[in-house]
Amino acid sequence: MMINLIYLTVLFPLFGFLFNGILGPKIKNEKVIGIIGSGTIGIAFIIAVVALFETLALPVDQRLTIVTLFQWIDVAGLNIHFAYQVDQLSLVMSLVVTGVGFIIHVYSIGYMHGDKSFWRFFTYLNLFIFAMMNLILADNFLLLFLGWEGVGLCSYLLIGFWYDRKFEKSTTASAGLKAFIVNRIGDFGFLLGMFLIYSSFGSLIFTDVFSRALSFNVPEHIFTLIAIFLFIGATGKSAQIPLLVWLPDAMAGPTPVSALIHAATMVTAGVYMVARCSIIYASAPTAMMVVAVIGVFTAFFAATIGLVQNDIKKVLAYSTISQLGYMFLALGAGAFSAGIFHVMTHAFFKALLFLGAGSVIHSMHDVQDIRQYGGLKKYMPVTYGTFLVAATAISGIPPLSGFFSKDEILWYSYANLGIVFWLIGVITALLTAFYMFRLYFLTFEGKEKFDSHKTHPHESPKLMTVPLIVLGVLSAIGGFIGIPEIFSGEHGNLFHTWLAPVFKAAEIKLMNIGSHSHFEEILFMAISIVAGVGGIFYARYVYLKKPAVADKTASRFKGAYNILLNKYFLDEAYEASVVNPIVKGSENILWKIADNRIIDGTINNLAKLVDNISGKIKKIQTGVAQSYALVMILGVLIALLWLIISYS
Amino acid sequence: MMLEIVLFIIFATVCVVSSVLMITRQNPVISALFLVLNFAGLAGLYLTLNAQFIAVAQVIVYAGAIMVFFLFVIMLLNPEKEKKFFKQKPKLKIFIVVIVALVLLQIVYMIFLSKPLNAINPEVAKSVDAGTVETIGREMFTKYILPFEAAGYLLLAATIGALVLAKKKFE
Amino acid sequence: MQIPIEYYLILSAFMFSVGIVGVLTRRNAIVVFMSVELMLNSANLTLITFSSYLGDATGQLFVFFVMAVAAAEAAVGLAIIIAIFRNKLTVNIDEINILKW
Repeated sequence: MMINLIYLTVLFPLFGFLFNGILGPKIKNEKVIGIIGSGTIGIAFIIAVVALFETLALPVDQRLTIVTLFQWIDVAGLNIHFAYQVDQLSLVMSLVVTGVGFIIHVYSIGYMHGDKSFWRFFTYLNLFIFAMMNLILADNFLLLFLGWEGVGLCSYLLIGFWYDRKFEKSTTASAGLKAFIVNRIGDFGFLLGMFLIYSSFGSLIFTDVFSRALSFNVPEHIFTLIAIFLFIGATGKSAQIPLLVWLPDAMAGPTPVSALIHAATMVTAGVYMVARCSIIYASAPTAMMVVAVIGVFTAFFAATIGLVQNDIKKVLAYSTISQLGYMFLALGAGAFSAGIFHVMTHAFFKALLFLGAGSVIHSMHDVQDIRQYGGLKKYMPVTYGTFLVAATAISGIPPLSGFFSKDEILWYSYANLGIVFWLIGVITALLTAFYMFRLYFLTFEGKEKFDSHKTHPHESPKLMTVPLIVLGVLSAIGGFIGIPEIFSGEHGNLFHTWLAPVFKAAEIKLMNIGSHSHFEEILFMAISIVAGVGGIFYARYVYLKKPAVADKTASRFKGAYNILLNKYFLDEAYEASVVNPIVKGSENILWKIADNRIIDGTINNLAKLVDNISGKIKKIQTGVAQSYALVMILGVLIALLWLIISYS
Repeated sequence: MMLEIVLFIIFATVCVVSSVLMITRQNPVISALFLVLNFAGLAGLYLTLNAQFIAVAQVIVYAGAIMVFFLFVIMLLNPEKEKKFFKQKPKLKIFIVVIVALVLLQIVYMIFLSKPLNAINPEVAKSVDAGTVETIGREMFTKYILPFEAAGYLLLAATIGALVLAKKKFE
Repeated sequence: MQIPIEYYLILSAFMFSVGIVGVLTRRNAIVVFMSVELMLNSANLTLITFSSYLGDATGQLFVFFVMAVAAAEAAVGLAIIIAIFRNKLTVNIDEINILKW
């Protein structure tokens, strides 16, 4: 059975990593490297598809299979295996990762053509898929954490891929470092969560922990603590408040990296993890509220920043943060499958947006400022078409995929959390549509703001456009798998039904009966569609018809504009409040005092002390034999004394 | 009876006085001569203890050979006379005398502590017998032949050593 | 043997301690050597005493060998002193302190 060979989806990328890593520099042929690099992911995708069909053939309550490879740790009761859990959730994530990953790999063969470190790119990409698959398929927290750290490492390696390039105020390498360090802070929270899980439940294996979460008598505040710690890890990995500052800087990496890692897969690891631990979150309502609040607030916050950014990739980065906020909003509202659904659709259209942006950047010779674009649609028809599809999808216009997933999230946030969450969500949706179409209109429509004689924009080669088309199709029709019940009738929401057994325990605990009428659901759906369309048309009005409005608004609200443009000065705030005190503190206290004076001082003074004492003791050696004889006689005296005492 | 005690007192006094005087004289030659006197007293004591052979050997070897050797060396090196005993470093010397007095006291105490000494009642004939030349010769050349030969080697080594150490360098 | 054995032993102990005082206090190396000979002789006296009171010749044989060794030691020791004298022109122990710290 292919399910039992699921570990091959992990091993093939590893093989690709080793092959390209060791032989890459010797192979001068880009084709071979590209084929090996993409082929391994393609094979992994096929295996995942076969595993999906095999799982479909199984009865509903037996769809969880564990495939053990070997024993990893066996110490004092802690028994961890390299084992993979094949169930509905991990299959969905595997398909997304390997599928979108394969498409992006193929795209990269075209995008990175001519780069001097071509082999290194594919090496790192394969390593990333390897780590990500470990994360998704793991059956215990420790193996998930291994993948967690692995993707963080690959993110660092790939962000700083062009390590000798300048990026904003410093280098790409420091952008990579920022990503790694901020991730690390989140990982610390994750580790604390793992420790707490082990001490409360005595195991780190998912099936054990989740069944014991129901049966053990663990107080609620422990669940809350565990959930919050794990969520801190998720904020780091998935760029939520307060650890979101690394994602915009991560745009220093090549565009396929931004597409794969920072849009479709790695940043969704946090969402996956929270969904996987649904029972823990369901047992801690306070934590769920925290997740929802941070999710919705991040969504709004990032959307406002994205309104005024001028770098095409920065807009998409803030859009990613905003959409991730939506996913966490869904998780916080108890709609776990809705969150995963949005992961899937977001992977489609966000990857497409990034790849399209890469296509534009490629043809405009690495110019990324959208104020220097304009009217590109006649030069790059395929890119233009697919970009439009993706932008419409993300704005939530039916019948594209984004509509179904976003709408489900908004509905559940109203039904389970209340109207305030829904309202902020809808406003954010409006902002999303607005800034996305601002991006679209400024790039592809309107007047050309560049000199068409100097720069010759052209369509990208087939190797890059075919992936765009594939993703375009997926963004368009991918949502039909999750049609809500009101439309699909007795079929129900297919996606939801597929994932239901995974979240059954959590949903029972939450007791979300919430029967709201169909009328309400359709009403809210209509409102969100109106918001989306409204955003699109207002963007069209401002940026296509009357560009002057934008500049006038900017100058009228100069202060607000400045704040948004500088991303609420968040980086500067962190720099001043966290980074600088640590740097100064380490320098002044830890280095100068603790290291130099205390530690070095202790050792040096100890040596000086020995020196002093020995200086005094050496005077005993007078060199005169008689003084030695005197000491001997003194010894005889004492010995005789002892002898006498012991015999009397 | 009386003779023994008188002889013992005479010889013991000679030993004691000469030893104390030996260590306190300024002139090393005088010290050497007092040591010779000490050896003579000791030889007398050996005779009262029925150790004839040893007594004679003492006089011949110690007083006759070793002390002459000492005197030769003193004459050769001609060292300066020291100051009076307690004039130089008096504190140290008093400290040493006190320490050694304590040691002496301890030894004396231990001598009296060992009760078995009172139980020794020697037979006169046996003790006289033990000191004769025949007995010593017999023991020496049968039981203790090995130490005897070893002593010979020792003396040979000492002779060569003294020769080598003390001779002038070859020019 | 009417004289109690303790008398001889105390005499020997006294001569021994006098020898120690001589070793520790005198500055002249040759006098120190003579004090060492004194100590050796006091040990000889003890040995002879016991040999006489126990009727065993072993003690006297021991004395014989002690004398041989003492002679050898005196010879070599004085040769060393002569050698030192040639280098340092003194037999004052306080001035022979090359092994000082």
